[in-house]
Amino acid sequence: MLERIGGKTLPETAEISIGQASFPAPFETGLEYNMPARGHWNIVHSAMLVPGLHQIYACARGCLRGVILTAGEMTAMDRMSFVTLEEEDFFSGRMEDSVIQGATHILEQLEKKGMLPPAVMVVLSCVQLFAGVDFPYILESLRQRFPKTDFIDGYMHPTMRKSGLTPDQVMRRQIYAPLKACPRNGKCVTLIGSDHAFPPTADHVAFLKKNGFAVRELASCGSYAEYLRLAESFLFVTNIPPARHAGESLAKRLGRRELYLPVSYSFSEIRHSLLLLAEALEVPPPSPEEFAEKEERAEKALQQAKERIGDAAITIDHTATFRPLSMARLLLEHNFRVTKIHADAFAGEEKEDFLFLKEHHPSLLLSSPTHPAMRFAGKGGSENRGRTLAIGQGAAYFAGTPFFVNRIADSSLFGFDGIFRLAEEMKKAWETPSLTEQTIQIKGLGCRSCLI
Amino acid sequence: MKHASRILSVYSSDTAGVASMLYELGGMTVIHDASGCNSTYTTHDEPRWYQMDSMVYISALTENDMILGNDEKLVKDVCRTAKELSPAFIALCASPMPAMTGTDLNAIGEEIREKTLLPVFPIRTNGMDCYLKGASEALLAYLEHFCREDVQKTRELSVNILGATPLDFSVNGTVEAVRKFLMEEGFRVVSCMCKGSSPGEIASAGAAQVNLAVSSCGLAAAEYLWKRFGTPFVAGVPLGIGYAKRLAGELKKAAETGENLYSCLRRHVPDERAKAPVILHEGVFASSLCCALEEDFHTEANVIAPKMLTPFLRKEEDPSPECEDLLAELFAKAGTVFADPFYKAIVPEDVPFVSLPHEAFSGRCFRRENKVLAARKIPDWRKIC
Repeated sequence: MLERIGGKTLPETAEISIGQASFPAPFETGLEYNMPARGHWNIVHSAMLVPGLHQIYACARGCLRGVILTAGEMTAMDRMSFVTLEEEDFFSGRMEDSVIQGATHILEQLEKKGMLPPAVMVVLSCVQLFAGVDFPYILESLRQRFPKTDFIDGYMHPTMRKSGLTPDQVMRRQIYAPLKACPRNGKCVTLIGSDHAFPPTADHVAFLKKNGFAVRELASCGSYAEYLRLAESFLFVTNIPPARHAGESLAKRLGRRELYLPVSYSFSEIRHSLLLLAEALEVPPPSPEEFAEKEERAEKALQQAKERIGDAAITIDHTATFRPLSMARLLLEHNFRVTKIHADAFAGEEKEDFLFLKEHHPSLLLSSPTHPAMRFAGKGGSENRGRTLAIGQGAAYFAGTPFFVNRIADSSLFGFDGIFRLAEEMKKAWETPSLTEQTIQIKGLGCRSCLI
Repeated sequence: MKHASRILSVYSSDTAGVASMLYELGGMTVIHDASGCNSTYTTHDEPRWYQMDSMVYISALTENDMILGNDEKLVKDVCRTAKELSPAFIALCASPMPAMTGTDLNAIGEEIREKTLLPVFPIRTNGMDCYLKGASEALLAYLEHFCREDVQKTRELSVNILGATPLDFSVNGTVEAVRKFLMEEGFRVVSCMCKGSSPGEIASAGAAQVNLAVSSCGLAAAEYLWKRFGTPFVAGVPLGIGYAKRLAGELKKAAETGENLYSCLRRHVPDERAKAPVILHEGVFASSLCCALEEDFHTEANVIAPKMLTPFLRKEEDPSPECEDLLAELFAKAGTVFADPFYKAIVPEDVPFVSLPHEAFSGRCFRRENKVLAARKIPDWRKIC
């Protein structure tokens, strides 16, 4: 399919109909473009969730700048330090000493000011790991010098993103690394991995509370002591694919149970998740009436949204949700006109939805947000001829629309309540245009920012 | 402690300098990197990213490609994209991983040149050096490839502006103010490298009678154009009223005499005990601001030339601290500190601080408070501190 956009031709390698696409990666890899939608969180944002944690990055200048300025824009430079890696470090054989001395110097300064942090994450990058740096030795040396501080190994190693756990997955695991074995609390459940706290109406939270369980989350912790108490729970629940490994490894390390209840936009999958939760809690499952009530609420919200939005084109991007295919299927099954999904690849758990859409909606377009030609497809291009409702910042950018659901990573959406809230947000977005350019360029949606 | 920083930011890297300098010229800049270089550049170093299309990409390097030496993938991917998007040229640069393993970008560039028949220039970067180095080398490489030989010097007074990127001048109108000032002073502006000029204008750079290097990353290009076309150069930014006038006069004189002049270094260095103001910014800009304070306020000031900001046009007497601790000591002795707001964290509370945002240091954090100081009255800092 050739489309004239911004004076350039969008090649067939950038967009494909789902009917012709393969799973899970429909596009050939190559050079990559970076769209100017910044709301998704990076490893700095996630690590900042740990109260009092200080991050020390030991990397080359080019790698440091992005993380330092992430902290700068969050007005959190006081929780971020760095040790620069110079070319001579490659050859001097002093890579470990350079990090140890630099980190020690930084921490001694903080100690002098009475600000020695309870936890420090030392983050190394691709080059040091590639060169076989002795990270355990670095951490052990620092622990001996600062015995009251918890030291965590952090990794900024994007070269490894396709050959193992991604930096995002590793960071989601490492931010729970200081949690230590402690007595088990049978009436407490910890939700692992979400960058934002779930509202009390989220199906799993509401169900837990109704059955007398306390719910703990990193995003709600106000102090380091409170953070450490996340370990007490007898059950760890994860919802998003990149946090699954974090939940599993933490449960294994602390001898707890772990349950993966994937974020989903499928009524049957949500029902199944709630049944699994009831089973894990050893409490009665929601009654058929309770399920019906929740489903009806979600259905009604979708119906109302459809009445307002009508046949307008809807586009979805992968930064808004880990399950764009599940979301698209839900909306298409409710007669919304979903025309395009911006994603380079899909999570394994999306396969069933992929096959369904391939069969029933083969003309649905998949668009690669990182394809070089997408440089010329932003701000609307030829798509801006009609009004488009975008779900996600990237979709808003590519469609050039002010009507968009400003959402990242399914944040705080779960269950039928999640669908209800999504429908409400779609309705609101359709009625209230946003300043797309200003809004989507702010880093770390939901974080403090000096740009607002 | 040489390489450690508790609370400061870090200057943009050489790869960002390359991309920034070549941004408006219709080429394709490929950073051989896994992921971060592109998002960092497009978020923090490139204010034009949303509004102005430019082909800056990463190669999406993986560890397997690195270990197996899969340079073929880079060649193939660059050629495919070049075929699809028809850039005017291809610039290649390396992030730390390929720099460490010694990826031969020259050979890769040669292969791409043969396959695409496009001008290809690898620029030596390692992701560890300063943006000034990358920007300087990129401009030089571009001029070597595209500057036309067959141009006549203009009859009227004319000038090229060299070394203008948003990393030093933001997008607040400073470059446009410099251009307007030069025109008001009777110069025809042949080109501005590389902000606001077309590739055709830059190709005609040899026609100018004189060059104005407005940053350290314009100096190598100035020397190149001097050697190639005999065009003299002057280094300085026309800040304030008095110094702007002086600089315009020096440019005219250079055009007449053919002699180069580091105008901004023609400033007095205050007595060590004087508790003088100190200025920290890119070298040509910082020295020019010193000159402006001398001309407009009769105040002598010092320039700090931090080691992490190189190449830096400086006087021998300018201190060149290596680390945050030494910088803090210099700030503590100053009468007033003019620097990027991120430096305020290490300036004692009793030392007056004047915000001088520098995009190459703080990215977009303070863009809104970045004032135009070119060819206009500089606010009296003594009344606002």
